[in-house]
Amino acid sequence: MHELSVIASLFDTLLAQAKAHKARAITMVKLEVGALSGVVPELLESAFEIYKKGTIAEKADLVIDRRPFEVRCRACRAVETRSDFILACPSCGSTDLEIVHGTELVLQKIEAETE
Amino acid sequence: MPKKDILVLQDLLLSNAQAAAAIRAELEGRGILAVNLMSSPGAGKTSLLERIAERTAGGLKIAVIEGDIETERDAERIRAKGVPAWQITTGGACHLEAKMVGRVLPSVPPETEILFIENVGNLVCPAGYDLGERLRIVLLSAPEGDDKPKKYPQAFATAQTLVLTKADLFPHLPFDPAKAKAEALELNPKLEVFITSAVTGEGLDELVAHLRRKREEILGRA
Repeated sequence: MHELSVIASLFDTLLAQAKAHKARAITMVKLEVGALSGVVPELLESAFEIYKKGTIAEKADLVIDRRPFEVRCRACRAVETRSDFILACPSCGSTDLEIVHGTELVLQKIEAETE
Repeated sequence: MPKKDILVLQDLLLSNAQAAAAIRAELEGRGILAVNLMSSPGAGKTSLLERIAERTAGGLKIAVIEGDIETERDAERIRAKGVPAWQITTGGACHLEAKMVGRVLPSVPPETEILFIENVGNLVCPAGYDLGERLRIVLLSAPEGDDKPKKYPQAFATAQTLVLTKADLFPHLPFDPAKAKAEALELNPKLEVFITSAVTGEGLDELVAHLRRKREEILGRA
């Protein structure tokens, strides 16, 4: 439910990047969104559509790269993609896990029209 | 019109993460344990803090930051116990962010040992925001039902401590504390679990002892 504040924070970065690269318009914005990031991609898309009006990104498309939740077991080194959030290794039961993917909420790249 | 790809690779919550890291460093440097309390509205966060304030009066020095959408009510309840408290009203936002907490820090008395941050009542969004805490406690109250951990996994997966509250109501409700605990431990096997009642006082001494231990760990680190 806090997708609008995430998008507000995204636009701070977009405007700074546009200025630094002397962009006239931003045409594409690509995000990485993990399954465990706590945000819903569809709501990010809605918030982006609302927020972009009247900005340098008015005509930009939002592309979301969804990253699954993936853990690596420090005991048996197995890497598993999980559909739930259970923090125990399905192979050996160890609880010493490292999250490989799934918490991402990253601005990966921007495509812009320049002078 | 020439087109250009700009590679950015920046965390969208970077500014929150940076503010949280600064808060953690400052508070730990001052020997203060910061505790982020999260739960649904009405799970008993403020009542639990009132009981902790009564039990630690004259001993442990605590302070409380209260997060709510509107009103000073919770801060007033804590101040009535003789504990310094600051209210953050978010004006509609569903969670606290680190910068909001950072603005309060200069007011926190130097002798403080534990700073509680009572988040906005919501089991979803607060879980995504680091406030610079060392200990994250999630509360689950009996009337909410024992099936909540897997319905709101992020809150239970990111906490280190779970408190099952309103234990005085267990006999009257179809709430099975063992099931709630087992479900939460499946999500997060390292969770430390406590059972409390703000009415009978059950479990409060154990929880206060746990908080004291966590505070001592901070001193060991500094």
